[in-house]
Amino acid sequence: MNRQNLGIIAVFLILGVLVAARAFVGDGMGRVYTKRETVTMVQVERPVLDPTLVGEGEADTTTEWVPEGSADARDFGTPSSATVSWQAVSPVQPADAFAAFESGDPQGIGLDWPRTIGLWVGAFFTLAIFSFLYKDNPFYKVAESVVVGVSAAYWMVVGFWDMIVPNLLGNLAPGFVQATFLPGLDATSPQWAYLIPATFGVLLLTRLLPKGQWLSLWTLAFIVGTTAALRMVAYIEGDFLSQVNATVQPVYQVVTNADGAVDGYATFWASVRQLTLLIGVLACLTYFFFSVEHKGAVGGVARLGIWFLMITFGAAFGFTVMGRIALLAARFEFLFDDWLWLIDPTNQRVVASAVGLLG
Amino acid sequence: MSFLQRLENADRRWVFLLMGLAVAVPIIYIGLTGKTLPEKATPLAESAFKVLDDLPSGSRILLAWDFDPASEGELGPMATSFIRQCSQKGHRMYFIALWPVGAQMIRSTTTKVIGGYYPDLEYGRDWVDLGFKAGNEAVIKTIATDFRQMFPADARGTSVASIPMMEGIASLADFDAIVNVSAGYPGSKEWVLYAATPLKKPLVVGCTGVQAPLMYPYVPVQVRGLLGAIKGAAEYESVVNDWVRADRIRLALVEGGMSETEAATIARELAADPKDAGAWTESAAAASLTPASKADILALAEDPTPGIFLEAQRRMGPQLVAHLLMIGLIVMGNVVFFASRRRGGGR
Repeated sequence: MNRQNLGIIAVFLILGVLVAARAFVGDGMGRVYTKRETVTMVQVERPVLDPTLVGEGEADTTTEWVPEGSADARDFGTPSSATVSWQAVSPVQPADAFAAFESGDPQGIGLDWPRTIGLWVGAFFTLAIFSFLYKDNPFYKVAESVVVGVSAAYWMVVGFWDMIVPNLLGNLAPGFVQATFLPGLDATSPQWAYLIPATFGVLLLTRLLPKGQWLSLWTLAFIVGTTAALRMVAYIEGDFLSQVNATVQPVYQVVTNADGAVDGYATFWASVRQLTLLIGVLACLTYFFFSVEHKGAVGGVARLGIWFLMITFGAAFGFTVMGRIALLAARFEFLFDDWLWLIDPTNQRVVASAVGLLG
Repeated sequence: MSFLQRLENADRRWVFLLMGLAVAVPIIYIGLTGKTLPEKATPLAESAFKVLDDLPSGSRILLAWDFDPASEGELGPMATSFIRQCSQKGHRMYFIALWPVGAQMIRSTTTKVIGGYYPDLEYGRDWVDLGFKAGNEAVIKTIATDFRQMFPADARGTSVASIPMMEGIASLADFDAIVNVSAGYPGSKEWVLYAATPLKKPLVVGCTGVQAPLMYPYVPVQVRGLLGAIKGAAEYESVVNDWVRADRIRLALVEGGMSETEAATIARELAADPKDAGAWTESAAAASLTPASKADILALAEDPTPGIFLEAQRRMGPQLVAHLLMIGLIVMGNVVFFASRRRGGGR
């Protein structure tokens, strides 16, 4: 092992020891608190106040679920009214949890083990991914595999519940979907036209079969054809014509103030901007025009086009760096704030953060 | 081995470590002191704000959250600020997502902003979560003509026919503006091509740094406001924070009996420089206000901005240090390269 490797390992060991020490100083770290409450709803028959709204033969009351203990529950509920209860779990800031514990009345607030473990798993996977910067290792491999597996499963489940159930099954068998999956959905008559996309969807799955894979080509052909047509129209209108329209503008751009007078300074810079835009477009187009050899004046303009392109790539690279640093900062904030409790920018712990650490 | 040779052969992991420290140290410093760098909004951030501000209260805004946790660090602050501006202004918000995880992003940002700071907003009347729909640009193309075909129910399974604020929404044409926060495909480009351009709808885009250079050509006609990366988010965040403070002070002044025009001017001045609020409440201009009103205005002016609305501005500190390091490393790398080439060791 060379000196550089030893140095880097020493740095990481020191950081590891500091993290371990942090767990025993101040108010600890990496805990999630929640409040558990039992919510009970009572079914009541509320009279309709406006008799004109009651049709002939209709009941003059409406059935509603109202919270137990509410004025409506007292006024319209009876001892035999149906009730339903469940446990509501809501996140509580550590500062509020500490205050409740100190007062001796936790009010249902307690350490939430599943969420706490989730937080630690999140921190572990963040560090596991970071560990790739040192070198490829089993922790990174595990984290990478988990991301891929979880993403695929998540996409499948979300696609099923957000698309196939309400949009496909909800149109083919609305009564069944309303009774089984989505009580809030309108139970209208079936829309048989949806059998066509359903058939195409099933045909796509034939790719998984050992024989008859060619059937999926019909669906693929449909997808390719419609996508190409959609994009062609959108790109011609949105990218080509609109961009040509935005480029072919007068070079002299007049900017006026609120009182209608010409703002000379703004006019000058707006005109410079428009001129730069025009030169840039023409120079870049010349660079990509290969029917004429890039020599003499054409070569000069093409070289100018290269400069414009390089500046564009540089700006894109700069933006990319900024984006990546922002993402790194967000992960560090998660580690320092939610996990290590070193900082408290959103005042979740107030006293329990750095002050607690120093104390 | 000379210093130059040591630099030439330095392990790249030292660069990673330096970059880590350049980001981590400012985060800890800002986290402990609460200090952020001042932000001056560029015309792009200001026009993003103006698009939503110029619309009357109660306007219908479609908010498309096309991003995931991987880009949340860059786009999350924009999303929270967009919701904050719409909530404070009283716009009706319709959330949708073309990314599967976008549905989670809707839940997380609405819980943080609406649940935490605007609890009076009623689900179904002031905001609605319509969730994720698969189909990429085909979803936009469909809802451009028939909204309910794609969104028969909201994310909670309630039929849109039973949601009061969905009344009168037949297609994208019924919205007053579209806000898109995007991390890639499908995202801002698709909203430009399939919604903003054909329907001539005002579109405000918040996007990642990687996408931003591709979106600039659409400004200002097809995209009315553009927030590029965390810098755009920080600028917009500061504009919204100042405006929210000014709006709250304005409401307090009007409640105290001041005219709408006078209240708006004073509120803007006090929000721009909250330290002057104490002196102003003692001045003759505030003589008509009751002591309770004065106390309210003082509290509103000096009330610290909640941490979740300073996320982007907090992240500009690490940006500054990391960019300085990056520039230093690029310069140093070039110096080492040219120096070694001069000594005959160039590649």
